[in-house]
Amino acid sequence: MIFATVGTQLPFDRLVGALDQQAGQSSEEFIIQTGPSRLKLEYATGFKQLDPERFERFVEGARLLVAHAGIGSLLTASAYGKPLIIVPRRKSLGEHRNEHQLATARQFQQRIGVHIAWQVSDLGPLLIAKDLMPLEQTGAKHLQPLLDRIRTFI
Amino acid sequence: MNQKRVMAIASGGGHWQQLMLLRPAFQEYSIRYVTTMAGLPEKFDALPAAIVPDCNRNKPITATLSAFAILFQMFRHRPHVVVSTGALPGVIGLAVGKLIGARTVWVDSVANGEEMSMSGNLARPFAGLWLTQWEAVSEKSGAEFAGRVI
Repeated sequence: MIFATVGTQLPFDRLVGALDQQAGQSSEEFIIQTGPSRLKLEYATGFKQLDPERFERFVEGARLLVAHAGIGSLLTASAYGKPLIIVPRRKSLGEHRNEHQLATARQFQQRIGVHIAWQVSDLGPLLIAKDLMPLEQTGAKHLQPLLDRIRTFI
Repeated sequence: MNQKRVMAIASGGGHWQQLMLLRPAFQEYSIRYVTTMAGLPEKFDALPAAIVPDCNRNKPITATLSAFAILFQMFRHRPHVVVSTGALPGVIGLAVGKLIGARTVWVDSVANGEEMSMSGNLARPFAGLWLTQWEAVSEKSGAEFAGRVI
């Protein structure tokens, strides 16, 4: 099963639509948390907003996660050790308030387990690839000094 | 038992997940969480918690409601420390926090790898400790860098 989550604040129908099309050409099940989407899905199963528990169950059951370039998605894929395909939202297409998702994609593109589809047309080959590396669990290497700094300040 | 009171505020989604990863920095204190999505605190076992309306700059009316809800939480619990990972609800929390003499910490989201977020810039005058999670942003903005959650 492929589980996709595209954010819940703003619609991201470019990705939702592309995934629905891919679902039509695939034998695999596609489940999408669509957010405030205006699309009617033909092939994939969509939910506007899942409660945290069901969300977690879909993540656990998924072979592969697809998401917008949101930090929540990166942290989730990292926590569950899943391969992650990200498609950055673009301000130029009215998908976000600024271009920070492109920045996030650039910052994390070297990370093992993060696979970037800069365009939705890049999705096809990534969705059928059988050897996508999973994201590693978040390391304490970067986190510990941050925790120490906050602790000292408080 | 240390009775220092901490108010930890973050919008639902990625901001909240980052706040959860920062918990070890203040877990020995009496913490109250504030977020915008029902069910989240239970899922992360982050209780007691209050849910306030979400707000962003495009929805001034909900933003006002949210501000009042946060004000209410702040005056009710009078925290000694306010910590936020964003976004706008956290700015409000820090502003009120500063007003009532709390120590205030802003940790800008790791999503902002090239420049400080707009909420981060808004939070700057209210933040005793103003952190970015990226070295490059630290150089550009003057925010302190200490590490990152991922």
